Amino acid sequence: MSDTSDDQGIPAPEGSADIIETDYVIGQDNIEKQIGPFGLDIHNPVFAISGLAVIVFVFYTLALPEQAGSVFSWLFDSVTKGFDWFFLGAANIFVIFCLLLIVTPVGSVRLGGADATPDYTYAGWFAMLFAAGMGIGLMFYGVSEPMSHFSSSIGGVAMGENGVRTDWAPLGGAEGNEEAATRLAFAATIFHWGLHPWAIYAVVALALALFSYNKGLPLTIRSAFYPILGERVWGWPGHIIDVLAVFATLFGLATSLGFGATQANAGLNELFGIPVSSTTEVILISAITAVALVSVLRGLDGGVKVLSEINMGLAFLLLVFVLLTGHTIALLTGFVDYLGAYLQYLPALSNPVGREDVNFMQGWTSFYWAWWISWSPFVGMFIARVSRGRTVREFIVCVLLIPSLVCVLWMSVFGGNAIQQVLNDGYTAAQDADLPVKLFKMLDVMPLASITSLIGIVLVIVFFVTSSDSGSLVIDTITAGGKVDAPVPQRVFWCVFEGAVAIVLLLSAGGLSSLQSMVISTGLPFTIVLLIMCWAIWRGLTAERRNT
Amino acid sequence: MFERIMVPVDLTHAERLEKALLCAADLAAHYGATVIYVGVTTEQPSAIAHTPKEYAEKLSAFAADQAALRGISTEAKAYASHDPSIDLDPTLLKAMGEVNADLVVMASHIPNIADHWWPANGGSIATEAKISVMLVR
Repeated sequence: MSDTSDDQGIPAPEGSADIIETDYVIGQDNIEKQIGPFGLDIHNPVFAISGLAVIVFVFYTLALPEQAGSVFSWLFDSVTKGFDWFFLGAANIFVIFCLLLIVTPVGSVRLGGADATPDYTYAGWFAMLFAAGMGIGLMFYGVSEPMSHFSSSIGGVAMGENGVRTDWAPLGGAEGNEEAATRLAFAATIFHWGLHPWAIYAVVALALALFSYNKGLPLTIRSAFYPILGERVWGWPGHIIDVLAVFATLFGLATSLGFGATQANAGLNELFGIPVSSTTEVILISAITAVALVSVLRGLDGGVKVLSEINMGLAFLLLVFVLLTGHTIALLTGFVDYLGAYLQYLPALSNPVGREDVNFMQGWTSFYWAWWISWSPFVGMFIARVSRGRTVREFIVCVLLIPSLVCVLWMSVFGGNAIQQVLNDGYTAAQDADLPVKLFKMLDVMPLASITSLIGIVLVIVFFVTSSDSGSLVIDTITAGGKVDAPVPQRVFWCVFEGAVAIVLLLSAGGLSSLQSMVISTGLPFTIVLLIMCWAIWRGLTAERRNT
Repeated sequence: MFERIMVPVDLTHAERLEKALLCAADLAAHYGATVIYVGVTTEQPSAIAHTPKEYAEKLSAFAADQAALRGISTEAKAYASHDPSIDLDPTLLKAMGEVNADLVVMASHIPNIADHWWPANGGSIATEAKISVMLVR
């Protein structure tokens, strides 16, 4: 047992751990009251600030869509151009930090105390990691991203008048060279979906799990800053950190919901001729949010977990189907080849300064890093919540390496097949189509196209539901001061507003790009939060070590 | 008539339970029954306890206090739930079988309009339980 038990006889977690002694009682700043017929249990002032800001944001964007649109595009330009180096550099730090944790002795610390046992099986755990972490993105970008990089790489470098590159090719491109362009395209795609995003998630998840399960602090982002801020973490510095986390989560989610809606709409158009319009998308978002509400009301085990497992099954079937009925041999050899290409180009792609491929670096990489970072409080808290009982080493290997490999496989099969269709069959419909349609164009010329396209649409919709549901769960926990048993109507509130934010941003002048600019702007301050978090994790883990 | 009386308790709001606790204790004294206090906690730290284990210890202490205070025989049984806001009712229903209860005495609030959509825990327990449930308002 640890020697940190205090006079009230508070024992350590299961087995030895390093409980932080604080006078703060979880929920002490909460307002618990009955408003009309509904019970409430919310953190003051985190709930009020984030709730009001979201409502104001929704009405502003609805009332002045033109003005809002130009503000959003200005934000997007200034943040991606001014801070591209910062996003890239920070993400590299997260990867290195995670790899260090695997090899250092602190890797043997167990989340939840030395004797804790995992709550979920590996299968259920992975299903939830993926469904929460990438779901919709994998559907949206699985074909479209490798294809886009392939097209721009093969087009080669184009210089503008002022000596700045106007092409979107990664690195130096591969003009006219199909094989080199394919490898470069996959290296770039895997770069965006491999180690870096999962390292970002792992940092947040580890911080939350460690400070909650091992240190006994509430399950909110601010708890990770206890080693640095001490008791001040319960005051305004902590409020600001939590509000930033809520904003990042909300806009990160809204972006994915926007992607999901446009893609589901594109798929329905391909399959049933339903027109692509903002009306359809609004109806889709509203209907899917309603389904998400049902999932919210069924809870973590009955809603998210069940849906995640169904979706993993469906996604796996689709993957196997494309693998077997597509260019099987090329896809299998491609997996190894593209993994090699990733490692080969990794240093150049992750270099934060002195890059010439500015469009690629700012428009793709910076956006991705901001998107993953804005998702990190959400995915991180979700991962933390289901990861009790794993050791740090097991945790990092499972959150960093295995999902990365699965992403490589997914991208190699879906994107690889689309590129093979261009190279071997001369079928370029997927290459020429808009981003949301590429997946369906690729499936179009394969057997059972209408069934697989339908599965594709179902996958997008169910991933949408799981994201919206687990997002509401997470935002509710943060705005309830770390309480995970707050009244359900609060989750319903957040679920509805996530849908509302996605709708108003899609309707604003910029459409999807408005969503992206909000992600980037909320991701930037949160990147700073994450960098400091790495230091706090290290402090926390070494304290554990001394007690074991 | 009754041998094992289950009383769901929320340690965070123990003061609101007074009527139900007293009622259960009187019944237990009358029938010579044992009162089993059942609590459902989160796996994350809460206001009451940092861990499920700590919660179980506090619940046992609570049961011992009640035994001394009211002169009855008591037991405690704690459950940890992934999502107690949603899973409370199913967990309590499961607990009835596991602690072998033949009566549930449970505190409940006065129903209001919201109970049409989100029924109170007591109400839904009474609807689904196979044994007698006494709701104390």
